[in-house]
Amino acid sequence: MTDFIVSKYNYWIYVLLIMIGFYGMMAKNNLMKKLIGMNIFQWSIILFYISIGSKKGGSVPVVDPSLHPAIRALDYVNPLPHVLMLTAIVVGVATTGIALTLLILIYRKYGTLEEDEILEALKK
Amino acid sequence: MVKDLEDVVIRTVSRILIPFIQIYGLYVFVHGHGSPGGGFQGGCIVAASFILLAVAFNLRESKRRLKERTNAIFCALGVFIYAGTGYLSFLYSGNFLDYGQLSNLFPTDPIKARYYGMAMIELGVQITVMAVMVSIFLDLITAGKHEKTLEEDGK
Amino acid sequence: MMLHFPALLVVVPLIMSFLIFACGLFERRICFPLTLVTLAACLLFAGGSFWTVLSTGQPVHYHLGAWAPPWGIEYVVDNLNGLVLVALAIVALLAAIYAKTMVEREIPVAKHAPFYALYVLQATGLFGMTVTGDMFNLYVLLEIASFSAYALIGMGEGAAPFAAFRYMIFGTLGACAYLLGVGYLYIITGSLNMADLQQILTPLYQSQVLSVGFAFLLVGTGVKMAYFPVHTWLPDSYTLAPSSVSVLLAPLFTKVGAYVLIRILFTVFDPSFSTTLLPATQVLGWIAVAGILFSSIMALAQSDLKRMLCYLIVTEIGYIGIGVASGNRLGLIGSIFHILNDMFMMAGLFMAAGVIQAHFRTRKTHELTGLHRKMPVTSAVLVIAGLSVIGVPPACGFFSKWYLLLGTIQAGQWFFMGALLLGSLLNAILFFRIFERSYFEARPDDAPHLGKEPGTTFERAAMSELVPMVLTAAFIILLGLFSGYIVEYSIAYAVPKGM
Repeated sequence: MTDFIVSKYNYWIYVLLIMIGFYGMMAKNNLMKKLIGMNIFQWSIILFYISIGSKKGGSVPVVDPSLHPAIRALDYVNPLPHVLMLTAIVVGVATTGIALTLLILIYRKYGTLEEDEILEALKK
Repeated sequence: MVKDLEDVVIRTVSRILIPFIQIYGLYVFVHGHGSPGGGFQGGCIVAASFILLAVAFNLRESKRRLKERTNAIFCALGVFIYAGTGYLSFLYSGNFLDYGQLSNLFPTDPIKARYYGMAMIELGVQITVMAVMVSIFLDLITAGKHEKTLEEDGK
Repeated sequence: MMLHFPALLVVVPLIMSFLIFACGLFERRICFPLTLVTLAACLLFAGGSFWTVLSTGQPVHYHLGAWAPPWGIEYVVDNLNGLVLVALAIVALLAAIYAKTMVEREIPVAKHAPFYALYVLQATGLFGMTVTGDMFNLYVLLEIASFSAYALIGMGEGAAPFAAFRYMIFGTLGACAYLLGVGYLYIITGSLNMADLQQILTPLYQSQVLSVGFAFLLVGTGVKMAYFPVHTWLPDSYTLAPSSVSVLLAPLFTKVGAYVLIRILFTVFDPSFSTTLLPATQVLGWIAVAGILFSSIMALAQSDLKRMLCYLIVTEIGYIGIGVASGNRLGLIGSIFHILNDMFMMAGLFMAAGVIQAHFRTRKTHELTGLHRKMPVTSAVLVIAGLSVIGVPPACGFFSKWYLLLGTIQAGQWFFMGALLLGSLLNAILFFRIFERSYFEARPDDAPHLGKEPGTTFERAAMSELVPMVLTAAFIILLGLFSGYIVEYSIAYAVPKGM
């Protein structure tokens, strides 16, 4: 049991981060806190992906020309998840940008960022 | 009096630093293939230099250096460079984004042409990312009201 | 050039979106013609690709960057997404024509250029989601389409930014769940290409990692297609969006999500995995039954016409879910055909609702009395689309529901069949209320005045609003009349072998 937890400690950390982000998204009342929870959620998924690509004893994925053609895949960290996560980071940045703009519009209209107060104002 | 002195320190330092930040952004972009870096990272750093300008001085100074209309044109220009590189390979009956066909255009062999093609699209990415980051920042700090200045700039 | 159509379908709207944005800074009036030209070109590309698939009988594979899969990204047009692409292009073009007067009415002038740029960017995302053959590329294009949707919805009046923010929180949850699913699949296979995954995954079906990845993929896709418990973002955001936006989003976005679900369940994973090894389709079917009943009753309870139509979208997605859940050939044919039909039905309904809101100045169903006298064309389109939703021949909705029913009967799922029939009955009640009010009741004398100011006459709907509606209604009837040909020549080949 301890081996199960200790050997996969990186996955446990990411699960913890995802749950923290998820809690923030769902349970918090302030819209800004929801946004921060969403950010934590997205970045922790990105961290998860990057940890997939790592290998014990692997080095930076740049081919040393002196080794060519005796290249072993075991020597290098997998660069594909890194590249995929560059795209995901850009997606996260764009999400944050749009969300902040929407928050400005909401604040200008309702004067508050608390969700229950906005719902009260909508009911009227 | 103290406040003026503080401003002088910040403004002088940022006036010195901003060109170096931009050159560093270009450096990060150019070395993207071999070390951490690339188009997105370089674009963020160059955008940070304009944001430093807006934070250290005032917004008018930042807009004097980079007008909003120029910013919007940069945003579109980067995408045109990216898609244009892709379209160039259509001319030589390759697939989209087939950089090997660029060897018909540049005097290199197909393998090196892929290298140059990647650098070209990274340039497009950098320009767009810089423009978008500056635009997001301007939108947020003016709470969206700067669109009135876009109308005043002469529609 | 015909070879490049699958890639041009995504690249041309992408670059034209930024061209519209850049040109709109200088000359605002050029944005709308550029939008029309772009979407007409996309219709050409989609039609050309589908024609190639039909005439050669083989799927069209396009390797981006000339890297062979699985190292490179590939775009595939086959019988499953060829028809969906053509329908997407037609509905997007009709929605853009319809949007001309609506945009001038609802969006401030300074935002016209970004609006049209976002419109075309949304079309890029939708086309790309349908045509791609790579799992991660689908995530990227899904996010492009979602961001454009958030921004377009946020342009509405009233509580639209708030609805768009809640949609964003929910939608990001779904997209991140999809990303996690792709990550799990990547861990065990090392590949991201859909056809390659189908090969590699076959000996791995007992793995636990695979089941969890599959579950994440289904949850992510379910959020995007507004499947029952995770549909709650849909009513608020599509109701409060501007009319020009809801005409683009409501028919198309959820249906492309349904297409992605069918792709994942039956192309990436073997049909036997989705139906028998894991009872995934059974679970989806029971959830769909709950969804149909819940959203039909909620639709009955609405007094706002547009909100009622939003709940109708959730019902239609539930029907597609039942077709998937039958797990046999007829059910899947019904689902795919229903995706096509629903695009046109919802386009017609939302166009009519937008025109009614703009000219008849109301969105409440109980104020629609006497609609037929003032707006005969609009109420005729409402009738045709409504009859198609209920399932009356020769409108296309009847034929897709027929296939769905046959599928449930063949699978022996009597509850699903009962849910389908009960849903049709509830939809009939829904629409006949509206038909009765608009056709058979005279407008009361104390009804609010219809012109812009008191004393002016009623403002008739413009030609650019009526023509797309009439064309949509015509397509609904044509799809119904030619349903046999469509199913026999195209959809029957889209169903994977062995079902």
